[in-house]
Amino acid sequence: MLQISLWKRVVILLLCLAALVSAAPNLFYNRVEGHNDAVMAFEKTGAMTEAQVAARDAWPDWLPSGLVNLGLDLRGGAHLLAEVHLDEVYKGRMDALWPEARRALAAERATIGSIRRVPSPPDVLRIQIGNPDQIAKAVEVARTLTSPVVGLTGVGQSDYEVTGEGDTITFRLSEAEKTATDDRTMAQSLEIVRRRVDAAGTREPTIMRQGSDRILIEVPGIGSAQELKDLIGTTAKLTFHQVYGPPTANPDANPGPNRMLLPSAEREGISYIMDDVPVVTGDELTDARPDTDQNGYPAVAFRFNPTGARAFGDYTASHIGEPFAIVLDGKVISAPTIQAHIAGGSGIITGNFSVEEATNLALLLRAGALPAGMTFLEERTIGPELGADSIEAGKKAAMVGFGLVVLWMIASYGLFGVFASVALTMNIIMVFGFMSAVGATLTMPGIAGIVLTMGTAVDANVLVYERIREELRSAKSAARAIELGYEKAMSAIIDANVTTFLTGVILFVLGAGPVRGFAVTLIVGIATSVFTAIFVTRLMVVTWYARKRPKTFTV
Amino acid sequence: MAFRLKLVPEHTNIDFFRWQWLTFGLSGVALVAALVVTLIMGLNFGIDFRGGTTIRTESTQALDVAVYREALAPLGLGDVSITQVFDPTFREDQHVASIRIQAQEGQDAIAPEQMASIQSALQEVDPAVKFVSTESVGPKVSGELIWTAIWSVLAGVAAIVVYVWLRFEWQYSVGALVALVHDVGLTIGLFALFQIKFDLAIIAALLTILGYSINDTVVVFDRLRENLIKYKTKPLKDVMNLSANETLSRTVMTSGTTLIALISLLVLGGDVIRGFVFAMTWGVVVGTYSSIYVAKNIVLFLGLDRNKTPKDPAAKFFTEGTQDANP
Repeated sequence: MLQISLWKRVVILLLCLAALVSAAPNLFYNRVEGHNDAVMAFEKTGAMTEAQVAARDAWPDWLPSGLVNLGLDLRGGAHLLAEVHLDEVYKGRMDALWPEARRALAAERATIGSIRRVPSPPDVLRIQIGNPDQIAKAVEVARTLTSPVVGLTGVGQSDYEVTGEGDTITFRLSEAEKTATDDRTMAQSLEIVRRRVDAAGTREPTIMRQGSDRILIEVPGIGSAQELKDLIGTTAKLTFHQVYGPPTANPDANPGPNRMLLPSAEREGISYIMDDVPVVTGDELTDARPDTDQNGYPAVAFRFNPTGARAFGDYTASHIGEPFAIVLDGKVISAPTIQAHIAGGSGIITGNFSVEEATNLALLLRAGALPAGMTFLEERTIGPELGADSIEAGKKAAMVGFGLVVLWMIASYGLFGVFASVALTMNIIMVFGFMSAVGATLTMPGIAGIVLTMGTAVDANVLVYERIREELRSAKSAARAIELGYEKAMSAIIDANVTTFLTGVILFVLGAGPVRGFAVTLIVGIATSVFTAIFVTRLMVVTWYARKRPKTFTV
Repeated sequence: MAFRLKLVPEHTNIDFFRWQWLTFGLSGVALVAALVVTLIMGLNFGIDFRGGTTIRTESTQALDVAVYREALAPLGLGDVSITQVFDPTFREDQHVASIRIQAQEGQDAIAPEQMASIQSALQEVDPAVKFVSTESVGPKVSGELIWTAIWSVLAGVAAIVVYVWLRFEWQYSVGALVALVHDVGLTIGLFALFQIKFDLAIIAALLTILGYSINDTVVVFDRLRENLIKYKTKPLKDVMNLSANETLSRTVMTSGTTLIALISLLVLGGDVIRGFVFAMTWGVVVGTYSSIYVAKNIVLFLGLDRNKTPKDPAAKFFTEGTQDANP
């Protein structure tokens, strides 16, 4: 007899019910979204505006509130792919190593002679010594500066490889140290980007590492990629340098070895010559906030951490009366003269700021500088109108497609076509239910995937029905035909769906953005369509059979 | 007897091999033609694959492509192509244009100043213009995307061929492979012929076509394997014909429902995904054709070892659910 055990019926019905409940909030998308936003805002700030309270109360708390995420192409927003210049960090490391090496080698000046830094690639430091025959001794001294790599990889390796050749000592970052440094740089960059995007208060941004040196940033609802770039692209790299000589009006002046020439931010055409190694950097800041200077103009007050405070204090104590430069992103924002020893490690930066600029600069300094610059390899902006049009068009196409498929199924299989249509409806509900439950993202190609699923989802049913027809033709009893129909069609259903599933997985793994959204609906659609065809339709067929007990029937 | 819409009569006895030299020859010629067309005309790569910038504008004013072109000419952007987009889903006063600008020398994504100057130049000639989407891809990324695309299609084909080989015999997987190459080749050829924009979404469509085409092929294969056990002495060709005839009704039904869904998407789904949907629609047609006329024929050419016991005809694990229905 055709039977499905009670517990199976219960499980099938429960699964359908769970899908329904989980999918339902999507019908009231705006209302639920408003509710969720208000709840989120309350968690973050602990307070709610009147509008937010109203939005929260518009959807009861006890109802499920999971929604399908709308992709950038449907909601509008910006997408950026940034490449982090990891080499810059190597250069910084080498620049920081130079004073250390100079000090260590200078102590042995009697044997190794004069020392001088010579030009080299960014990840290498080359030092020339006066007495080439003492190179072995110099290398020995230099080796004392290396230390083992901190990190899981490259245990036992030291951070620098030191070699001596002729009269030159070469420090080179070891591979293990480079990997460790890269990971740190990326983690830091991600964190800073995340903090800057969060500070702007946009919803559900996606910020993730891609490959070895890239960051993918997707922010729904932001006006343009440019806005996003402005938000995160400002490096806010703050450094303090010793200045040599008076400012110059010649932008091509030769600054000399180990010096650099940087333009002034406020005085057009004026440049300063300064040491290319900073005295202190913005990394040593613990706090920065907007303030005013003694004349009441906007300024930024800052405070260094103990190391920074010591370095800054020592420097100011020994250079009273000399100018120094405060450099922000490669421009001198001010070049005051040191009036007194600044102990305690705090001070203010004055410049030609507006209140807004001062507030912004303080925020950027507080969030920390990006450890390295970024180039944007890819950017996309999608306006909200385009997304809304796409949703509208997708909805309409999906409904018409659904209607036509249902009509054709019923015309072809009668009552069994009705069963298949109910299963198809359930299938779509399950796709939405599952996507809402896991917070998957729906994109425009994803909508296409759902419409495509409508077409193919009935396939499993068609396979079964055609098989039942065949079995009926060979004059089998109704029950036996149904039974054999399911049994014999199974192999084809499995094979056909596994292959489609494989392509879906490949799309998901290798695709990105909208294409990945398509892969998601395709994969979920396959899984649910097999479930609905094998279990939901079968449950209906078996229930119908048990009630009617027809001797024979037409599929 | 209740009314039933039947596109395929109950008993068909079509000899699918009768015209096999003609159909096979046609497929071969079409494939070669697709290759030649692709080589000569080239594909109209989107910015995903060749870098550059596309801007989609929307205006309530009737737009004149020539005016836009003139406005952008003084900016010296190199190769700029402007096309007006038409779509039945547009509102009456919705005039959409798509502007594509080549990747600029020495740049990754487009420079903000350049984008600003483009937008202000267009706003000058058409104050009502809005920029509903802008996308810019640097040459570095586009170069990598080409490889990702090629790898994903190859990986898709490889995964399917291996699966078919494991579940059936190696002859079947060769048949499937040839059918897949046929479908992908013809789709790419069509895109070259009509110079439809070829971008990442089309690669997704190609993979979907692979999935659909093999779906169809596998259903026929599955029946063939079953019938080979049933009719041990019948010539292979006849068993194939029988299998194709038995599954014909299903093939027509499924292709039909899929096409209905896709065509409604093609007409009503908006222009943003039209290329994508078009590729899939075409893919369903060639995929259905290839499973009937290409995949099987290859298996016939290769021949099957009929004395070998065919692999497990039904996955026992999955049929467990029907066991309790036994009388």
